Amino acid sequence: MQQESPLRDPLILGDRTYHQITTDIARPIEGKANKYWYLVFTIAVAAFIWGFSCLAYTLGTGIGQWGANKTVGWAWDITNFVWWIGIGHAGTLISAVLLLFRQKWRMAINRSAEAMTIFAVMCAAVFVTMHTGRPWLDYWLFPHANQFGSLWVNFNSPLTWDVFAVSTYFTVSLVFWYLGLIPDFGAIRDRFKVQGKPLQEKIYRLLSFGWSGRARDWSRFEEVSLVLAGLSTPLVFSVHSIVSMDFATSIVPGWHTTIFPPYFVAGAIFSGFAMVSTLLLIMRKVFSLEHYITIQHMEMMNIIITLTGSMVGVAYLSELFISWYSGVEYEGYAFLNRATGPYWWSYWAMMTCNVVSPQLFWVKKIRTSLIATFVLSIVVNIGMWFERFVIIVTSLHRDYLPSSWVMYHPTWVEIGIFTGTIGLFFTLFLLFARTFPVIALSELKTILKSSGEEYKRKRAQNKAVADTHH
Amino acid sequence: MTGTKTIHGIYDDEELLMDGARQLKTAHIRVKDVFTPFPVHGLDVVIGLPRTRIAICAFIYGITGTSLAILMTWYMMVSDWPTDIGGKPSFWYYMNWPAFIPVTFELTVFCAAHGMAITFLLRSWLLPGVAPKNPDPRTTDNKFLIHLEVKPEDETRIVNMLRQTGASEVNVI
Repeated sequence: MQQESPLRDPLILGDRTYHQITTDIARPIEGKANKYWYLVFTIAVAAFIWGFSCLAYTLGTGIGQWGANKTVGWAWDITNFVWWIGIGHAGTLISAVLLLFRQKWRMAINRSAEAMTIFAVMCAAVFVTMHTGRPWLDYWLFPHANQFGSLWVNFNSPLTWDVFAVSTYFTVSLVFWYLGLIPDFGAIRDRFKVQGKPLQEKIYRLLSFGWSGRARDWSRFEEVSLVLAGLSTPLVFSVHSIVSMDFATSIVPGWHTTIFPPYFVAGAIFSGFAMVSTLLLIMRKVFSLEHYITIQHMEMMNIIITLTGSMVGVAYLSELFISWYSGVEYEGYAFLNRATGPYWWSYWAMMTCNVVSPQLFWVKKIRTSLIATFVLSIVVNIGMWFERFVIIVTSLHRDYLPSSWVMYHPTWVEIGIFTGTIGLFFTLFLLFARTFPVIALSELKTILKSSGEEYKRKRAQNKAVADTHH
Repeated sequence: MTGTKTIHGIYDDEELLMDGARQLKTAHIRVKDVFTPFPVHGLDVVIGLPRTRIAICAFIYGITGTSLAILMTWYMMVSDWPTDIGGKPSFWYYMNWPAFIPVTFELTVFCAAHGMAITFLLRSWLLPGVAPKNPDPRTTDNKFLIHLEVKPEDETRIVNMLRQTGASEVNVI
């Protein structure tokens, strides 16, 4: 059995047993949803339907319905694409990078963070498929045998790299998530079997792929998880690096920056952890999972938010410094215009939300306060949305020729699509929370003895007794 | 099978299970299978399971992906339709390959991850509709089950042995 320092705070609170862990995590699946769930679900579905209508309207009439124009060719669509993709990154970071670093606290939160990844990438896909204008021709993005000459996709282009990166990221994340779910579906299936509910048992039997928990299955399962984590780690860094190269390899002032890849990756983790905090704070309350998703978990995430937020802050300041120090007047103007031009409010919203607000987490009282965490997590998400808006719109709206200077305003259709993706995200997450084991219960059982509060207390007691005898 | 008896020893705790499995090993009794609710580290060594080779498969799938990506980018960008794009000439592969690294990397990961996942599912025979093989539904919750197949004359001896190692239940089938 693994040992854990007695100095570390327990990750599982109270006197828990293996059976209790199963029961606690199966409860939302077996029980009935309360009225709040139905209320939020109705709102989410309504938002999704509205967004879907706006999407259908765009499909029928073309992307002329959007506010993007000749100068600002990328605006709302790519802002939201990058925002959603960035949010997704925390899931992979928690499940893969923290697995490689053997951070046991990931176990209570990785399942829902990975679910969030998958749903967020789906929302991102909505924008990226629609922004091409003729989404029914989106298969042209992939290299395929054709009769256009034969014309292949351009592998020199970061946009093509992005197609490969995002599709690999989505499918690998989905597989990683699902493989982790198989043993837990097995546990849910067997609970329904014991309770004598054949229909539910049948459904979860199908989902569990016939998992039986044999020793050899577990040994393969662990190896697969480890290798997948090893593969997902460079993958997640590559995805947002490549997204940043969509900008960095261009010659647009404000985009042509070599620090973009690490800066975007840090920003993605920053916003992703904020979204995980928002979701988990609600979930732990609604499903009474306070024993598993503890204040300590929230604190750990807040520390990562402070770290990545500070990295983003350093990136903002170095960008600003280099734009002046380089002596390139276009570069200098792009940044001056961001901070003092007509979109100054978005720049300062970004600066306040992303650079100033996470610094509050240096205070232990604030980073262990659930209300403060909740508020700041939303502030960070707003800030990171503005970051993408600032990078995209304010860099484009003042072209080299003053005759091409324009303003960009989102139309109701675009706002509707964005609302719709938020609706889609929450619809999927709410369905997930009611039907899937929201905590990786079999993984959590492996740390019960080393990190459970009662086990730790007993061990400390035994040690104290042993010490007095010496 | 005629002539053999199936014994299920059920434990409440993974440390007792490990102990039991070790004692069975010392007594040269072959453990047919063990069903546990979570991975018990070290158990595979005790019951004599060989180390899984699935990571080697992943490596092979990975280099297959790398090779496919190199072949694809070479064929499409160099052999079939070479174009000078943004001063990145593609008349020879080496001139252009830095631009192909991202796609090559992605395809390596894609093939390694999916290949390994599919191999795992097939090797452990985990597919939609497959019937679960755990003999007791509690083994996915909190019970640890040792499955033994023994000669009828050994039955009492082994049942007693399992009881002594702390098995909470011993069932002969």
